[in-house]
Amino acid sequence: MLRYLALGAAVALGLGGAAHAAVEEETTITDYAFPFEGPFGTYDQFQLQRGLQVYTEVCSACHGLRYVPLRTLGAESGPGLPEPQVRAYAELYEVFDEKLLDGEGDFRPAKPTDNFPESSLANAPDLSLMAKARAGFHGPYGLGINQLLKGSGGPEYIASLLTDYTGEQKEEAGVVLYENTAFPSRWIAMPPPLYGDDVTYEDGTEATIEQASVDVAAFLMWTAEPKLAARKRAGFAGVLMLSVLAVLLYFTNKRIWAPYKRKAKDRVPAE
Amino acid sequence: MAGIPHDHYEPTSGGERWLHRRLPIVGLLYDTIMIPTPKNLNWMWIWGIVLTFTLVLQIATGVVLVMHYIPSTDRAFASVEHIMRNVNGGFMLRYLHANGASLFFVAVYLHIFRSLYYGSYKEPREVTWIIGILMYLLMMGTAFMGYVLPWGQMSFWGATVITGLFGAIPFIGESLQTWLLGGPAVGEYTLTRFFSLHYLFPMILAGLTVVHIWAFHTTGNNNPTGVEVRRASKEEAAKDTLPFWPYFVLKDLFALAVILAVFFAIVGFMPNYLGHPDNYVEANPLKTPAEIVPEWYFLPFYAILRAFTSDVWVVQIASFVTGGVIDAKFFGVLAMFGAIAVMALAPWLDTSSVRSGRYRPMFKWWFALFIVDFFVLMWAGARPAAEPYATISLIATGYWFVYFLVMLPLLGVIEKPLPQPGTIEEDYARHYAPATGGTKTVVNPAE
Repeated sequence: MLRYLALGAAVALGLGGAAHAAVEEETTITDYAFPFEGPFGTYDQFQLQRGLQVYTEVCSACHGLRYVPLRTLGAESGPGLPEPQVRAYAELYEVFDEKLLDGEGDFRPAKPTDNFPESSLANAPDLSLMAKARAGFHGPYGLGINQLLKGSGGPEYIASLLTDYTGEQKEEAGVVLYENTAFPSRWIAMPPPLYGDDVTYEDGTEATIEQASVDVAAFLMWTAEPKLAARKRAGFAGVLMLSVLAVLLYFTNKRIWAPYKRKAKDRVPAE
Repeated sequence: MAGIPHDHYEPTSGGERWLHRRLPIVGLLYDTIMIPTPKNLNWMWIWGIVLTFTLVLQIATGVVLVMHYIPSTDRAFASVEHIMRNVNGGFMLRYLHANGASLFFVAVYLHIFRSLYYGSYKEPREVTWIIGILMYLLMMGTAFMGYVLPWGQMSFWGATVITGLFGAIPFIGESLQTWLLGGPAVGEYTLTRFFSLHYLFPMILAGLTVVHIWAFHTTGNNNPTGVEVRRASKEEAAKDTLPFWPYFVLKDLFALAVILAVFFAIVGFMPNYLGHPDNYVEANPLKTPAEIVPEWYFLPFYAILRAFTSDVWVVQIASFVTGGVIDAKFFGVLAMFGAIAVMALAPWLDTSSVRSGRYRPMFKWWFALFIVDFFVLMWAGARPAAEPYATISLIATGYWFVYFLVMLPLLGVIEKPLPQPGTIEEDYARHYAPATGGTKTVVNPAE
């Protein structure tokens, strides 16, 4: 009975993941391999830099990253830009500073201490947390097993969304919608943002649609979860120390119980 | 304190005697920690410690989170992101706190199932049980309000749906809902009061924890046999028990370390697994999410809430009899609270003279089905409100009530229990021969 209960606890955790699995649309999400997957995976700095470039040259035309401080671009666990480069990058953006002009406020070039600007287009969602706000993997049957094995699939969703336009489009109530097999309702208002060679990577990587999509998805995972590496380190240290503690406690417990708990050597079964 | 006879604290030094005459606090702690504990407790008796630890963990992480969190609709979401990005170790604090709620509920459900299987709720432990149910309700309130604080989409819409339940109560519902929300809809005033109560409830929980422990220290622990500790004399009691310190403290700490290792793996490697992605989108009163799903620990009761639609015949009868006062929505609310109420009444619904499920051959199966039922409800609660899930929810809800209202009273009458051991010592000796003394022990391989 008790073993079943313990098993039940494990299933309960699995079911928990099912909470966000209720809507299972017919979407196709490609399970791209990202370097930050798994318990020991961390961000690939070069990939983040490429992703930053895609974001800057393509996405940022409409979208914003309002929760991301520009200074974190210098973070070693992030894109790791050198300080002068962070400063120069910040100046690409203009931010509104309400302290300027005696409290009237005015625009000025951004500093590393500012955040990225907000979306400039009203219906373009902010991308800071998008990689955690979308789930690519569900089910099966709301059991949360896919999420357990593959992760929630936020970055995979973003990469798939950027690559999976079918080329079809339709107009609905004056809005042009584009067919996309990764999007839950299949018709998305965002026109295809990538056409191939949209950016020129400095490291010579060929900027195919897929390459740019995966790179920017990785970058957006970093904007959503900048402390991923530190978190995994803390998790690992915690698991390791608690495991050692558990082993020590196991033997201590065994030792103090020994006088009362010695298994009978010559037990005879009943019946 | 009444209870099982055991040695009490004797102050030895002058300083101890001085304090003991004025405040016998050392004696109180001594009695608490040295309580004679049935030596046959199994691994299901560890969840109390896990729960106590989790309460402390939640309060400790929560107190620090409060230092950085801003309870206003404009800034709540951003302040959580501030914690995640700029506060030293803030991401760990928040993930520990958020997943700590899940650990809390895993432990509390196993704790409750333990009580239900081994009959821990039965005479004379009804008060412990009732206090436990109150604590469980407070936990649910605390967790619900805590989930609203990050002010994500699921926070906002979850709050809207759940407070809407109170609006379903006839006559007073609407005023009650307004009173709870502090206004006509979920907004700034709702967030601030939820924040206040989210901080208050755990303090009450901590107080109730003391009362809960006090209550079972008076009656003594239940144990897997359900047979009471002999308490005619100290010597007799000592044959059935070992002091809590160090035997059970170390056992519990070992279990806690194992559980926390798993917990840290979840926090470190998949902290968002149990959350809903929509809560990383800031609350938007103008945009309803595609699905509104509560956290996993509410799902069984959410399924019960949704199970009763207007085409279910019991709802139609209730509606007809009451002249429409009880509609489907209110019926669902009654069913949801009723599900917890019948659980609270278990001590009086269970007619069996045998405490432990171990010696109840028929009960065992009905209990196993009840556990399965719980998980079916949890699963159905996360599925869309459509067929076949509606029917599954309804059947599973039906069984929940059948278990408490029909099976528990009935089984006590029709079931022929197995023979119970005369004493805890006897049961213990069946598993483990004592280090000294008897060499031959009869073992029942069925256990």
